[in-house]
Amino acid sequence: MSNRLRRTMLYVPGNNPGMIKDAGIYGADCVMFDLEDSVSLNEKDAARFLVYEALTSLDLADKEYLVRINSLDSGLGLADLEAIVRTGKAVIRLPKTESAKDVLECEAEIARIEQACGLPVGSTKMMAAIESAAGVLNAREIAMASPRLIGIALGAEDFVTDLKTTRSEDGIELLFARSAILLAARAAGIDAIDTVYSDVNNEEGLRKEVKLIRQLGFDGKSIINPRQINVVHEVFTPTKKDIDHALAVLEAIKEAERKGSGVISLNGKMVDRPIVLRAQRVISLAKASGVLKEGTYAQD
Amino acid sequence: MRKIDLESIPYREELHEINKVFNVKKVTKNTRTLAEREIHHNKIVGSLEEAEQRAGLKNGMTISFHHHFRNGDYVVNMVVDKLAEMGYRDLVLAASSLTDCHAPLIKHIENGVIRRIETSGLRGKLAEAISHGLMDVPVVFRSHGGRAGAIEKGELPIDVAFLGAPSCDPYGNANGYIRDTAEGIMCGSMGYAKSDATYADKVIIITNHIVHYPNTPFAIPESDVDYIVKVDEIGDPAGIMTGATRYTTNPKELLMAELASKVIFASGRFQDGFSFQTGTGGASLAVTRFLKDKMLEKGIKASFALGGITGSIVELHEQGLIKRILDVQSFDLRAAQSLRDNRFHHQISAGYYASPYSEGTAVNQLDVVVLSALEVDTSFNVNVLTGNDGIIRGAIGGHPDTSFGASVSIVIVPLTRGRIPCVVKQVNTVVTPGKTVDVVVTDHGIAVNPLRKVLRQRMIDNGLPVYTIEELQKKAEQLVGVPDPVQYTDKVVGVVTYRDGSVIDLIYQVKD
Repeated sequence: MSNRLRRTMLYVPGNNPGMIKDAGIYGADCVMFDLEDSVSLNEKDAARFLVYEALTSLDLADKEYLVRINSLDSGLGLADLEAIVRTGKAVIRLPKTESAKDVLECEAEIARIEQACGLPVGSTKMMAAIESAAGVLNAREIAMASPRLIGIALGAEDFVTDLKTTRSEDGIELLFARSAILLAARAAGIDAIDTVYSDVNNEEGLRKEVKLIRQLGFDGKSIINPRQINVVHEVFTPTKKDIDHALAVLEAIKEAERKGSGVISLNGKMVDRPIVLRAQRVISLAKASGVLKEGTYAQD
Repeated sequence: MRKIDLESIPYREELHEINKVFNVKKVTKNTRTLAEREIHHNKIVGSLEEAEQRAGLKNGMTISFHHHFRNGDYVVNMVVDKLAEMGYRDLVLAASSLTDCHAPLIKHIENGVIRRIETSGLRGKLAEAISHGLMDVPVVFRSHGGRAGAIEKGELPIDVAFLGAPSCDPYGNANGYIRDTAEGIMCGSMGYAKSDATYADKVIIITNHIVHYPNTPFAIPESDVDYIVKVDEIGDPAGIMTGATRYTTNPKELLMAELASKVIFASGRFQDGFSFQTGTGGASLAVTRFLKDKMLEKGIKASFALGGITGSIVELHEQGLIKRILDVQSFDLRAAQSLRDNRFHHQISAGYYASPYSEGTAVNQLDVVVLSALEVDTSFNVNVLTGNDGIIRGAIGGHPDTSFGASVSIVIVPLTRGRIPCVVKQVNTVVTPGKTVDVVVTDHGIAVNPLRKVLRQRMIDNGLPVYTIEELQKKAEQLVGVPDPVQYTDKVVGVVTYRDGSVIDLIYQVKD
């Protein structure tokens, strides 16, 4: 389980300077500049230069930035890597990953570029988007393919087309893919990010879907409009009960440390590692949501 | 009847007005019915031409107009076209504001019909032409309150007011709507016209719809009106107002609106009975939405909302969250309908709204105002009048009036618009002095005027992203760099006045 929160991953078209310069202000946990599907073929070069300049000149603060590159097969991906890896400031998001081979090919290029420009080899992180039936069936090998991977994500639009269906309101057609990706991510110890919800004006539909994926275990969701951020963060905000319990767990650890005791217990029950990890995650979510400040919760 | 000798009244010399004896021959009773009188005895004259002549309009005089028809106005162009045709020259055009649709005035300035202009704002081709040196005499810009004050004090004397009205009865009771039909022109409040009607030497109502007497309750009373002219069309409804102003869906505007509402909640002014005004710009309008949620949550009601009124304010009123509405200008159909139908939605004159010469003026009763801006500088001065190219493209409106009057004034401005920085070292044109601006809200954080130490601390205590205004300016510079300064000639094309009529800035001709 990683410490960084990735509740929201905001898509920003790589060819829109106005949106790029403001991408960081909305409070999304991660910002993803897109060089792939949202950029038309005749603007690929311009978008690549623009995103490179943005990454090297904007105040990126403590946010995580990703760049979705074009696939290596497209003939554009390598040029994307050459530019973006050199910034040393973005996670590379692979589109349409179908197998471990896709990840490894890309990784080899990244390593070569890192070496060429003097960055520590391995410093560039990766994320793989799975957008096809083959990719879902290979989710496990993809997730395990490289230590550079911080997460895998579902890209549902291409996936449902591949399945010969369309997206429904309750998302039943995505259930297997979501579960497969989630299990693969957890087995590999990396994050699982859900697909976009395209109907920007349907706040209730979004809320319903976020509740579903949160319950499934996802770490967050790709989003296409800053207006979706609050809804996702709200759903991911822990309840007062969760926070109280998490604080009690952390207090019990301190207490055990004070007593020099190796065994931690809370209300007569043993506190083991998964409980501690869960409590830590609840606290970081609570802090990120602004409902917890310096050990007290402000939610009433 | 007793024979009366005036000289027999003791101390008659002190009763100055008692100086003639009743003469029954002078009494001629009119037995016509109301319906007949409306036709035969009224203030309606046959044509605009006749009204202008009977009003005694002469070359060099000051004529006035209101801007309640906004970009759908036909009245200004119609009247000035007629005056040009009749050969008038050197007139002073004093409008409460002018906009894109008034571009035809350019030819009347060129041919000498209009010698100078007084207005709150200018837009479009007319504004561009004036910025490029069209006029010999500079345009005088006044705020809504400043204009009302100048009219009251006689600093802006109006000879003839030409006031378009969607309905008027035969004696001059005029309204910004038609009570008995949903058809026709609708502008709601006629607040700016009310000041002109009260103080102008002669008042001509121009309407396309004569209604039966009495057109009550009225915006303009018959006692203020001299002549009425009926014409076919006074405006284009589509340019006057839309159905209901919708909340913005622009994420950046929503972000700033939410931040501005947090500033209000943290300001110490957000309590039961507070008063507020929100502008009509996308972000400041959306503040109303966030206010509503919090008012419901906390059980807080506002005593009144002021200003240009939109349907969103009406909605809050109808939900019981705002007790009274004071409406100087209605911005959408929903607001206009409410003004017509609801006695707690009251129309007020520009003077009542913002005159600088009355302690009771409504802007002075504001707890909070939320305003927008083109530019803000590191001294908190605000420009709402000229663009980054130096060209006039806006209106002062009630900006300096409400900023001065409100306990807390909040100005929303994005840090940058496209490649243009909006928080700068020095604004192009100072309209509202920084001393009266309390909080600047941008999409990258807020800045509190250092003069407001307690307010600043409250913002920090409530976890708001507080920066210094210099930090925000540097952020803007980091994003988009520093534009080349605008090139001007040394010719003054606009004089910007503060509320009291003093000159706060000058606008120069831009170099071609």
